[in-house]
Parts: sequence; structure tokens; C-alpha cells
Amino acid sequence: MTASTESFTHSRAPRPSGGPAQAVRDSLVVAKRNLIRMVRIPEVVIFGLIQPIMFVVLFSYVFGGAIPVPGHPGNDPSVYREYLMAGIFAQTVTFATAGAGAGIADDMHKGLIDRFRSLPMSRGAVLTGRTLADLVQTALTMLVLIVVAVIVGWRIHDGFPRALAGIGLLLLLGYAFSWIGALIGLSVRTPEAATSGGLIWLFPLTFISNAFVPTSNMPAFLRHVADWNPFSATVQAARQLFGNPQGAASNAWPMQHPALASLLWSLLIIAVFRTLAVRKYRSATA
Amino acid sequence: MPGAIYAEGLVKTFGEVRALDGVDLDVPEGTVLGLLGPNGAGKTTAVRVLTTLLRPDSGRARVAGIDVLKHPNEVRRSIGLSGQFAAVDEYLTGRENLQMVGQLYQMGAKAAKARAGELLDRFNLSDAADRPAKTYSGGMRRRLDLAAALVVRPPVMFMDEPTTGLDPRNRQQLWDVIKELVSGGTTLLLTTQYLEEADNLAHDIAVIDHGRVIERGTSDQLKARTGGERVEVVVQTPEMIEPAAAILHRFSAKGLNKAEATVDRHTRRVTVPVTGGAKLLAEVIRELDTHGIEIDDIGLRRPTLDDVFLALTGHAAEDAPATDAESPAAQRAEEAAK
Ligand SMILES: Nc1ncnc2c1ncn2[C@@H]1O[C@H](COP(=O)(O)OP(=O)(O)OP(=O)(O)O)[C@@H](O)[C@H]1O
Ligand SMILES: [Mg+2]
Repeated sequence: MTASTESFTHSRAPRPSGGPAQAVRDSLVVAKRNLIRMVRIPEVVIFGLIQPIMFVVLFSYVFGGAIPVPGHPGNDPSVYREYLMAGIFAQTVTFATAGAGAGIADDMHKGLIDRFRSLPMSRGAVLTGRTLADLVQTALTMLVLIVVAVIVGWRIHDGFPRALAGIGLLLLLGYAFSWIGALIGLSVRTPEAATSGGLIWLFPLTFISNAFVPTSNMPAFLRHVADWNPFSATVQAARQLFGNPQGAASNAWPMQHPALASLLWSLLIIAVFRTLAVRKYRSATA
Repeated sequence: MPGAIYAEGLVKTFGEVRALDGVDLDVPEGTVLGLLGPNGAGKTTAVRVLTTLLRPDSGRARVAGIDVLKHPNEVRRSIGLSGQFAAVDEYLTGRENLQMVGQLYQMGAKAAKARAGELLDRFNLSDAADRPAKTYSGGMRRRLDLAAALVVRPPVMFMDEPTTGLDPRNRQQLWDVIKELVSGGTTLLLTTQYLEEADNLAHDIAVIDHGRVIERGTSDQLKARTGGERVEVVVQTPEMIEPAAAILHRFSAKGLNKAEATVDRHTRRVTVPVTGGAKLLAEVIRELDTHGIEIDDIGLRRPTLDDVFLALTGHAAEDAPATDAESPAAQRAEEAAK
């Protein structure tokens, strides 16, 4: 133990600059912390990869020839495979919800949220840092998944810039959903509850959509839900931007302008759930 | 001028439980307040309110001269907190934990890193500094958490049972750190179940029970209020108990009714309250000797803080039930419900 009285003379913390610069800096500090955790607990990332890869393989080869895509007569399984991929990508990015929720619930449980809340840091930084780290993880998962998709025969047909735009919309949707996860994580008592709470409603959401099957055969009511589902807009936009088969687009506005609809939906989700989550964070108690 | 930590009429209820029931505190700058109280008394709740983690239902509080409810972020710049349960990221190393806290206190990355090294050294964690905190023992985590509270050398500190789980050597070293901090002008609010710790460190003590401060003062004042000093004699054989008690009775504290000597036959111990200190003790020894009473042990005893605690709260510090059905708070709640 080196005794140095100097090291204990007191002083206040530097005055926070406040404003967006501090918010960005604090968020990055928290994001870095969460990324270090991901590297040290790689099994989380690995399990996160296995599921979408299984979906790609199962859907491609099991349903492949059985689901006709409108506008593409004949039962060529490679058509469904191309049709399917945007759906799987979109489903994969939304799984970030469970990760963000479980991570934040775990931080609450361990008392870390209390530690953060006693520091003079920007209000939204703990949550923003978490969602940013999840975005990085989602992007890595997407990268691996794209490689798998290419192996089973998926291709882009309209060039890289448009494909990148499609991937951008998918990641933005994932980022938006991680804010829903953040709110769930702050609202439940255990990380386990946050994981299941983050997943159960994703199944109806992703299945009542155009992700896996064309909506044209759905009952009228479900078809309406599917057309206006934020998830469908992103899937449709990605298919357009990748130049993949799209099925028969309905007349609903989001299906006619899928890229814009996807962007608006994601921004709306971020605006609403970020506000709610940050408010909840301020009064959160373990 | 109110002290560095100042609270007035703090009330916080959790459903039926009045965790704080009108707490007033005033800790002068550069002093240590020891907050004592049985389990569930409201100590942690008080700390959480003062460190901006919890909003009270009513009441006011100022820390370092800043209103806790109006300017929480300003308060956060001036405080260090070590909560009752160590809050460290298990997957980060000790160094990374401290560096992160430093940066979130708005220190530059370099300064935060240098400070982390200093503190790891200071808390005997240098050898484990680059291992994930998951591999730390309970006491090591505790020390890492305490180090995190000291990252910016804050003028006001809160420590909720800081030495619980520390071995005697590390406890002693933490006491040294605390004394050093306080000599540098830091104000500290410390909760503890180790009454020796409060005795050792705290300038003032507040005893809290059922969300209310039921007694306050210096350690000596509290002891004096509980009862003065007494002479305690252990005689060699049971036959000597009666004559020894008779002699001690003559020395007992003067007053309208001379206090009786109390006798414990099992341990052959005779005790009597006295005034007169060491000089009187010498007289007692001579007198016992003259009467041929042989003794195993004799001493002048002052009440310990444990005695104070037991007298004030009516139950021991460690095993008090958190929600005692017959507690005044529960009774008040019942009456209110009628
Ligand atoms: N979040 C909460 N929800 C419900 N009740 C709570 C909550 N926090 C504290 N309490 C109750 O408030 C009372 C005071 O609790 P507190 O943690 O402040 O006690 P304490 O003095 O710190 O006890 P200990 O010595 O055991 O740490 C207890 O009855 C406790 O059950
Ligand atoms: Mg406590």
C-alpha cells in the first residue's frame, strides 16, 4: 500500500459539459463497456448466430419448394429462397430486443444501474450505450448471416449501393427494437423475464407479416395487419433494394412506399420508446 | 449554516412500510456521521435518498450545499457512493471498472487511467487489477467498489456498511483511508453494524430505528446517557460472592437510592455502578484485599456502543426482525388503517 495523502485531497468531478457532446461521449464509454462484455462472454454472440442460421437452412430446404411466390409461376425453390432471406434478416435484427432487455435487467439486478445513476453522467447514456453495443452485435450477426445466405444461393441483383441501403434499413429497425427491449429490461425484475418478455411478442409480429409467406393468401383482416406491420415495410423495402422477388405488393401505402415507410416506422419507434425508457431509467429502482 | 449533508423531515414509504418517517440529519463539513440502526431501520433508504437514487415522498435535503431534489446532477459531481452491495461489472477487470467510472465522472481517458492505477494500489488490488472482477473474492469486490466511490476525490462520501465482509487487516486499512480522507476535509456518512467502527471513526452518531432518528450525539455522550461506569469483579470461589457484593455496595454511585450490586453466580461476577474512576478502583482493590477476598479479575467498565444500541433499540443490532409486527411503525400503520 503506497501512502500518498495527495491522492485523497478532495475535489469535485470536472463540470459536465452537458449537452450532446457529453451525451455522445458517455454513451460511447458505456458502449465500450458492453462490447468488452460481449467479447468476454462470446457464447451470447454465438447462440445469437445459431438461430438465424438454422432458420435460413430449415426454411430454405424444408419450405423451399412448397411456398409459391406470386408472380413467379412454377415451384422453383431458389425463388422462395431469395424471397425468404430479407424476412430472416429482419427477424434476426429484431432479436436485439431480447439482448438489450436482458442486459439492462441484469445491470439493475447487479446494482450497476444504481452506480451509474449516482454518477454525473448524461441521462440517456446507459441505455444508448447498451443499444449501440447491440447494434454492433447485430451488424456482426448480419455479416455472418449474409455469408450463409450467399452459400444457399441468395444474391443481390441491383448493385451494392442499393443493397447497402437495404441493410441500413434492417439495422435501423433492429436499433429501434432494442429501445423496446431497453424499456422491457427496466420494467421487469429479472434478466430471464426480460429475455422471454423480449421474445414472445416477436413471434406474432414476425409471422403476421410478409416475412415468410406472401400476404396475398391471408384473410383480409390479417392482411391489413401485415400490410401495416412495421416489420413488413422493412422486409418489403429490403427485397426491393436487393432486387429479390417481392410477391404481389398490396395497395396499402406502406407496401407501395416500403423504404420510406420502414424509415418512418423505425424513427417513430425510437422516438417513442427512447423517451419512455429514459424516463423509466430516471426513476428505476432495483 | 447547514452542514455538508443536511436533511429535514425525510419521509419515504414503500406501500405499507414507512422506511423513512421524518429523518433529520446535519453533518458538519469535514466530519463523519455514523448511522446506526437495526436491520430494516431505514439506513440504506436514507443513503439512497441523499445520493439522488430515490425521491422522498416529502422532506428536503442538501448535499455539499446543493439541493438534492432540484439539482441532482450537480450533487452527483460532489459525491462518492459505495452502496451496501458491491456494484462492479463482473466481466470488466478491476482497472477497467475504475477507468469507466472515472470517465463517467467526466475525467479524461488518461486521467481516469492514472487514477485507476493509484486506487488499485491503494486498495491492495494491483495484483488482480487486470483480471475480470468475476474472479475476485467478496472482500476484493467490496474494495473495488469502495475505490470506485473515491475516483474523483469527492468532498462528500456515502458508505453503506463499507467494511462488511472485509478481513481485519483490510478493515483496518479502510479505516486508515477513511481517516486520511476526513483529515483532508471530506465529509462522510457511514452506516455500519460494527459499533466499534462507529466508535473509531465517527465524530457523531445517529441511531435510527423504524425510519426515525431516536438518538444522536458523540459516542461518549451516548454512552453517558445509557449509564455511567461500573466496577466489575470476578471472585475466585462462590463463597466470596456475598462478601464481595457487600463491599462493592458501599462504593456504589451515590444517589438517593444507592444502586444494588448485580451478581452473576455462574461466572462469579459482581458488578456495581460507580463514579470516581481509577482512584476508586484502587480503593476497591485495597478493601477487597483487606477482607481477604481473592479475585480473578477486576476492572472499570464503561458502556460500549453495543450497550447503547441495545438500550435504545431494545434488540440486538444483528438479529432484529426487519418487519416486527409489534414495532411502533407497524402499530402506527395499523392505527392509521382503522
Ligand atoms: N424497494 C423497496 N420496496 C419495498 N420495501 C423496501 C424497499 N427498500 C426498502 N424497503 C423497506 O424499507 C425498510 C428500510 O429498509 P432499508 O434497506 O433502508 O434498511 P437498512 O436500515 O438499510 O437495513 P439493513 O441493516 O438490513 O441494511 C425495510 O422495512 C425494507 O423492507
Ligand atoms: Mg442497508
